[in-house]
Amino acid sequence: MIVSFLNEYGSALITAILTHIKFVVISVSVGFIIAFILGIVLSRLPKLSSIVIPILSVFQTIPGLVFIGVLFLYTGIQDLTVIIALSIYAIFPILKNTYVGLITVDKTLIEAARGCGMNKFQILIRVELPLASAAIVSGIRMSTIYTVSWAVLAAMIGLGGLGEFIYRGIDTNDTALIVGGAIPAALLALAFGFIIDKIQDKLTPRGLKRE
Amino acid sequence: MIEFKHVKKAYQDNVVIEDLSLTINDGEFICIIGPSGCGKTTTLKMINRLNKINDGEILIDGENINNIEVNKLRQGIGYVIQQIGLFPNMTVAQNISVVPNLLKWGKEKIERRVKELLKLINMPYDEYAHKYPRELSGGQQQRIGVLRALAANPPIILMDEPFGALDPITRDILQDELKSIHKQLKKTIVFVTHDMDEAVKMADRIIFMESGNILQFATPEELLNKPASPIIKEFLGKISYSHNANDLTCADVMRTKVFTVNRKRKTLECINMMNQRDIGSVIVVDDDDKFMGIVTIETIKEKGVPGALIEEILDRDVKTVLINHNAKDAFDEFYDSKLDYLTVLNRNKTVAGIITKTSMAKALASLVWGENNDS
Ligand SMILES: Nc1ncnc2c1ncn2[C@@H]1O[C@H](COP(=O)(O)OP(=O)(O)O)[C@@H](O)[C@H]1O
Ligand SMILES: [Mg+2]
Repeated sequence: MIVSFLNEYGSALITAILTHIKFVVISVSVGFIIAFILGIVLSRLPKLSSIVIPILSVFQTIPGLVFIGVLFLYTGIQDLTVIIALSIYAIFPILKNTYVGLITVDKTLIEAARGCGMNKFQILIRVELPLASAAIVSGIRMSTIYTVSWAVLAAMIGLGGLGEFIYRGIDTNDTALIVGGAIPAALLALAFGFIIDKIQDKLTPRGLKRE
Repeated sequence: MIEFKHVKKAYQDNVVIEDLSLTINDGEFICIIGPSGCGKTTTLKMINRLNKINDGEILIDGENINNIEVNKLRQGIGYVIQQIGLFPNMTVAQNISVVPNLLKWGKEKIERRVKELLKLINMPYDEYAHKYPRELSGGQQQRIGVLRALAANPPIILMDEPFGALDPITRDILQDELKSIHKQLKKTIVFVTHDMDEAVKMADRIIFMESGNILQFATPEELLNKPASPIIKEFLGKISYSHNANDLTCADVMRTKVFTVNRKRKTLECINMMNQRDIGSVIVVDDDDKFMGIVTIETIKEKGVPGALIEEILDRDVKTVLINHNAKDAFDEFYDSKLDYLTVLNRNKTVAGIITKTSMAKALASLVWGENNDS
């Protein structure tokens, strides 16, 4: 059964996976850059953050379908629509983890760093970010895995990806197509998680690893 | 020289230091002591501007510290805190090089300095430089904390209860090391403590503070002989003579003159040495002076063959006690064992002393009838 499915759809499946990966990688990268900068800024402004972060978390709960639909009225059918929508969804987990990671750095370490004569930027780069890095990466991991599933929505406006298999399967009542789209999507999420774990493991200094 | 001139400090409306003036000379070891909350930490942190002062001025070598760029000022003053505060993402070498890096020293110069500093505290470079803080014991971590403060060779070191969180033995060792570093390097050290024993042991002069005021600024001898206030007297009362039997440790009841032999000694040599000293057994140590076991004269007579080494026949399965354990435990242990003494070990397994019936009796006697001058 798998063989016949691959015979029929193999090349379409590969194209769909690549499109899917493209959406995920671009959106998470864009989301990361915005979230990282915003997270750092907010961690310097605790009073503002106590208002901003709850508001952002409400936005997070707007269903992707609604959002992508509205957005597409303005930007039309193009990859950009999907990427904007996915990027916005990718921001929050990374933002939140960056913020929390930074504000929970041990205050005595920051005082030690000041006592050594580091300026604020040096403290951020040499002490705070390295110590928050585990939290930040786990935010990236979360965002990536969510984005893999949200990217299924891209097919809704006809822009391909694994969602196309799933939607066509639903339309034509073809279970093989639905499963044939869902399983690669699940595997893709696992693969991204695995790769991020490996990279994190490589980059974390021994002194910060958990036993 | 560090001068405080009519310094005032308030946290919001809470004035904690009203009018503080003092002068610390170059190369002095100054301890600031006083009850909790009296303003010791506040005073210390004003010197490196971690605390802003509200009024008055602080001068270092005649220059107002507010006129020095704040990070330059701090790079020129070592700072050691009780919580140690080593950066867990950096190795020992990287932690030590923090300030030299900020000062943009060259790589080779920094490495040379790290080696030199680790040598100062007998932590071999190859073994420790690339370890991370959490791979070290508390005492080792604080040694590195001290080295980080010394790294760029600042003339002034500020220390806020640096040994307060360490166990008594380690604290004692680090105090000795710091004292010797101070002698060698001639730094001005301002050291906050709430432990009078520590202050008396370390300081050239002691500042006794209470509610933000200096009650007395004097040498340890003067402070002990002529305490300027009843509060100081009460503080002195806590100094260690006030032992009672329940907090005697093994260190208090042991004899420190102990005869040990290296594991490579021949059995016959040992018999001779034991006969000369009229002892029935001997403690065997390895090449690092770490305790290995005990050999009795009977064992040697029984198993010793000409030319055999002492380590081949020693009894490794003997009871020992740690130096900081309660003396009562040692006492019980001692009566259960057949030996007529009990070996007391330091944390690092070297021999600290032995407890014999005589040493125990002497310690107890001094407790009952007052101080006895020998040990
Ligand atoms: N950051 C702060 N904000 C407000 N009050 C403080 C702060 N730090 C210290 N204090 C107050 O200042 C007084 C002196 O504190 P401190 O210098 O830490 O005392 P010590 O080190 O002698 O125990 C205390 O009453 C303490 O509550
Ligand atoms: Mg304090």
